[in-house]
Amino acid sequence: MNTNNNLYTIIYAAVLVVVVAVILAFASSLLKERQQRNIEIERKEMILRSVQLGTDQAARDNDKDSYIEAEYAKYIKDSSINEQGKDLTLYICTVENGEKFYVIPLRGVGLWGPVWGYISLKSDFNTVYGATFDHKSETPGLGAEISTAAFYKQFENKTVFDNAGNFVSIQVVKGGADLSNGHEVDAISGGTITSKAVEDMLFKNIKEYTTFFAAKLKEAEERAAEAALQVQLSDSTAVAPALQVNIK
Amino acid sequence: MYKKIFIEPLFKNNPVSVLVLGICSALAVTVKLEPALVMALSVTIVMGFSNVIISSIRNTIPNRIRIIVQLVVVAMLVILVDQILKAFAYEVSKQLSVFVGLIITNCIIMGRIEAFALANKPLPSLIDGFANGLGYGIILVAVAFFRELFGSGSLMGYQLIPASWYIKNGGFYENNGLFILPPMALILVGVFIWVQRSIQKELIEK
Repeated sequence: MNTNNNLYTIIYAAVLVVVVAVILAFASSLLKERQQRNIEIERKEMILRSVQLGTDQAARDNDKDSYIEAEYAKYIKDSSINEQGKDLTLYICTVENGEKFYVIPLRGVGLWGPVWGYISLKSDFNTVYGATFDHKSETPGLGAEISTAAFYKQFENKTVFDNAGNFVSIQVVKGGADLSNGHEVDAISGGTITSKAVEDMLFKNIKEYTTFFAAKLKEAEERAAEAALQVQLSDSTAVAPALQVNIK
Repeated sequence: MYKKIFIEPLFKNNPVSVLVLGICSALAVTVKLEPALVMALSVTIVMGFSNVIISSIRNTIPNRIRIIVQLVVVAMLVILVDQILKAFAYEVSKQLSVFVGLIITNCIIMGRIEAFALANKPLPSLIDGFANGLGYGIILVAVAFFRELFGSGSLMGYQLIPASWYIKNGGFYENNGLFILPPMALILVGVFIWVQRSIQKELIEK
């Protein structure tokens, strides 16, 4: 057979490509569910890490997937807030002692691809409780270091509002952050663009939530004021019978 | 004869240290032992099967599009490996990231298909593919062994150097940061080639 025939070559190429496509499509649909599950577990693991949970090494070694699922179901509640016609995701974490943490998802653009992460705020909507970052394809050893504990641990106890209540986010500073400044962390040597990407991501993403925070804080303030009023009221009812006695 | 096909690529005709193919991935995935092992395994599997597939259709391949046909077959196998890793070894697949995809361009694979599979029957081709994959893997694992041991003080993620030895904990030891960087992989591969050439004198050019 003449395998150099034009028609033969074209048919050969077409058949080969179709066969390969069928095999790949079949494999992809077969494995999709498991891959999605892995991605989902990773997302939940990151959210838990941002609130300092899901770190029990023994349980992780035993059966990581179900451990993460169980911890997530136990502590985290997905919720969504509507801000200026935009739906924003907010994860609320309630720990055993009733304390609440608010986890904000972050999305940004790194040097080579997307960067993302989660940052959790304490219920004053100002102090950072924990943060975690990940990336698609930042340079290993440089920008990729944002996903290491050494980097994200720095964010703990930083604040996103200044003393006057203005939103300032957290700066990732090249050449060493001033540790006494509550809004600065160290950038990664050699990973300046990725570090700046993290800074931008924090600013843009957290900023969207600021009106929600203000409303929440006001609400809490009002509730506190109301509670104080309640105390006064209950005091006045306490003196009322005495008054009635006097009238008689 | 099969024995010879299998033994030669492991040392005497090693694809990395003698033919100097597939260096790029040897630099990239050898910081830690575990990804290096997975990479070696993936390349071995891809190489073995692509050799068998090409060899069994070698008489039907139109000569003018043979490189394209080879690429399609290799690419299919690589995508399959990538998908399987994503499903069953997600952490490792994240570490390997783009390098699994880059197996397609690994010169050893195309080299073995052109040099061996196109001219031989499927069984010898399978052995040749696996043997070359293993030869590549030996170098990869050896480089990763030294890089992880001296660069991170661990092997397969287990800390071997006691934490109390480190300077930051009041000890005397510090990991060698150079071992983590790509140039050290190149230096190590160079050292392996040197060792091999001093054993196999016939490789030395006149």
